[in-house]
Amino acid sequence: MKAVQQLTKLMVVVLLVAYATPASAILTIEITQGVDGGLPIAIVPFGGAGKERPPQDVAAVIEADLARSGRFTALDKKVFVARPTDDKQVIFKDWRIVKAEALVIGNVQPVAQGRWQVEFRLYDIYKEKQLAGYSYVVAGDRLRAVAHQISDIIYEKLTGEPGVFSTRIAYVTRERDAKRFLYKLQIADSDGYNPVTVLNSVEPLLSPAWSPDGMRLAYVSFEQRRPILYMQNVVHGSRSRIAEFNGINSAPAWSPDGTKLALTLSRDGNPEIYVMQMSDNSLTRLTNNPAIDTEPSWSPDSKEIVFTSDRGGKPQIYRMRADGSNVERVTFEGDYNARASYSPDGKMLTLVSGAQGRYHAALLHLQSAVLQVLTDTTLDESPSFAPNGRMILYATERGGRGVLASVSSDGRVRQLLKLQEGDVREPAWSPFIHTTPTN
Amino acid sequence: MLRKILFALLGIAVLSLTACGGGEATKPTVEDKSVGAESSGVGAGTGVDGKSLDTQGKADLLAKRRIHFAFDSSAIDDDNRAIVNAHAAYLMANKNIKVVLEGNTDERGTREYNLALGERRAESVARMLKLLGVTPDRIKTVSYGEEKPVAMGHTEADWALNRRVEIIY
Repeated sequence: MKAVQQLTKLMVVVLLVAYATPASAILTIEITQGVDGGLPIAIVPFGGAGKERPPQDVAAVIEADLARSGRFTALDKKVFVARPTDDKQVIFKDWRIVKAEALVIGNVQPVAQGRWQVEFRLYDIYKEKQLAGYSYVVAGDRLRAVAHQISDIIYEKLTGEPGVFSTRIAYVTRERDAKRFLYKLQIADSDGYNPVTVLNSVEPLLSPAWSPDGMRLAYVSFEQRRPILYMQNVVHGSRSRIAEFNGINSAPAWSPDGTKLALTLSRDGNPEIYVMQMSDNSLTRLTNNPAIDTEPSWSPDSKEIVFTSDRGGKPQIYRMRADGSNVERVTFEGDYNARASYSPDGKMLTLVSGAQGRYHAALLHLQSAVLQVLTDTTLDESPSFAPNGRMILYATERGGRGVLASVSSDGRVRQLLKLQEGDVREPAWSPFIHTTPTN
Repeated sequence: MLRKILFALLGIAVLSLTACGGGEATKPTVEDKSVGAESSGVGAGTGVDGKSLDTQGKADLLAKRRIHFAFDSSAIDDDNRAIVNAHAAYLMANKNIKVVLEGNTDERGTREYNLALGERRAESVARMLKLLGVTPDRIKTVSYGEEKPVAMGHTEADWALNRRVEIIY
């Protein structure tokens, strides 16, 4: 069952690569703050057979994934007293000596027609037992994807929570041509690799939002030189305009079941929040206030929507029932709180919080109303949770350029994702992908 | 004028969308509904060229095509009010001319809120033009939020330049 699920995951990515063009620029990750005290794990370089070397070092990708999560410390290979590549060679005391609590071994062997067989096993050193073991056969260009899936399995077995290494991120890049800016909507693996451009434009793009099934992106495009909402299938690339009224058509937010889209329209005079039924594009207006109301986001249980409003004079976060009733203000600290979105467990909001002209990605703990600033950068935008709630991805500015940054929800691990040239902004982390694409 | 040419160019350079791989790629084309060829009369060139000695003269004010704002505000102060007045007078004297008001913000805060704030600024200028007698059918507003800065830096001076409404004939 699990294998079938993984196979369908692979198919999704394969199809994606088939229609989209490889992007030239790649996001690179720089860990700006790590942690001590992650679970010590030994990842042995994977074995092989024959002269042919696999195009991807699978063990190295796994090690980078796990280290980036901040929850593991990969042990230095120099201390290894053995380098097992299959089950028979594993001697648990070799790994107790180096204080490993978990061990990953594996091998990558060529099979016919440029395909590779990858096997891996994960062991608990103290219990002296295997926790997981899988085998995959894939084309050479799928080895990274397999490595991410192995990372997800290891992460889940050892932490009890799902990993997000096989998820993807969407974001917008801006590069300067001779005379103008070029905007690209791109999708990449969660570690920045395999970027593909799904839309090119000479006008700004913003607010990409993944459908809950990970198959579609809603976003705002200025290609008609005004903000219009589009929806694009990321598997085969088809797209359509979903809101093109007078004024602003923006801030798309999918309901958790994917049947509705909350959005901002100013067709009736000023920005208000509406809900569109995806089945027939019918609209229901939720807010009715002369202030700015925008940036809706659904609670995971679909019962509530948070949004930004300056009805109190300055932008703050408000919450209402999904039918627009019972509006209440939820942020009181700072003079600027905006772009809130829920954590997957519904207990927190991540948002942009501004005070004294500094704009930080922050967490609002809904139960206690405690606002926790997460960053030391000052021009933060568009924070969103990873689908497992462990990381927050946001856009900020570094050295005069737009970069993406991520911070663990406990604030301990920080990373920067940046392009060699140009700006990157408007990140959106994909959901877990469970569905089967039907071509 | 330059801006108009630029717009026409942008109109031509429409999106390219990558399509299905394989032999027979079906390339979704983006319908070009651009308004790059929008006709807009003679422009304000004549008013701009003659430089009055009086610094508060109408020509000077008319040469100013940007209305500036304080942070998170759409209020038009007295200096900027004089500029809007001059454009209102020009529009009243040239009834065949239409105007586009583009609202912009600085980069601080969130893009979506800024999109709304840019619209509010454009509407603020539009409201004043209407009060001064310009009919609504001659005024179009659009917000670019923080997406089209004129100053690319990240200082208070850059931000002040970027918080603006562009008056475009």
